[in-house]
Amino acid sequence: MLIEIVDGPIAAEAIVAGMKAGSDGAVCVFDGIVRDNTRGRQTLYLDYEAYREMALEQMRRLAAEAVEKFGVRDVAVVHRLGRLMVGETSVLIVVASAHRGAAFDACRWLIDTLKKTVPIWKKEMFADGAVWADGEPFPEDIALPPRGTVQ
Amino acid sequence: MRVTVLYFGVLRDMFGARDEVVELAEGAAVEDLLRILDGRTSNVTMEARIWQSVAVAVNREYATPVVVLHEGDEVALLPPVSGGCD
Repeated sequence: MLIEIVDGPIAAEAIVAGMKAGSDGAVCVFDGIVRDNTRGRQTLYLDYEAYREMALEQMRRLAAEAVEKFGVRDVAVVHRLGRLMVGETSVLIVVASAHRGAAFDACRWLIDTLKKTVPIWKKEMFADGAVWADGEPFPEDIALPPRGTVQ
Repeated sequence: MRVTVLYFGVLRDMFGARDEVVELAEGAAVEDLLRILDGRTSNVTMEARIWQSVAVAVNREYATPVVVLHEGDEVALLPPVSGGCD
């Protein structure tokens, strides 16, 4: 399994090519790229940061869980940090499997779960200011229970 | 005992720091630390919505409020994550 957090461009084509093996009937690729707007507001670039050691460990566990859960042969999960311009790849997920169904399912599960549990954040720079992206609520087993001390 | 607290994302802006060392009583748990930090946030512009949605990691593992802390622990306050793309 190729699990990496990188600070430079993700070589998507080379990674996909390197994932293919003779027993595979399908390689499913999710290439997450920087869009030029959020809800109509023009995006100039995104700055990604991570709790790096924890993010990498979480990504390793997700990959292992995907192999176990969906029975796919191999998985690659690569996330980039730092400043990314419109059109650049922020995350690449590649799933190699004997059959397409498991490859699609594992790929979808990996990106959806990564977005909820892997400690990576992005700040969006718009033409008229910067904001941290809202993020997705943590799953119940990770979120803290509501506390009465905060109004 | 002393633990190191790490702030990420929007919390870094709110607390005005990347990390800090916090003194706690022996046997203190995650919830005790949160109570201390919570009291402090009443003095800064803090959106309750964000504070309510925070998760905590102790030594790089997600933790519940009852997890007991130890000298030298690394406690991270994590706002909702937003990796990848939308």
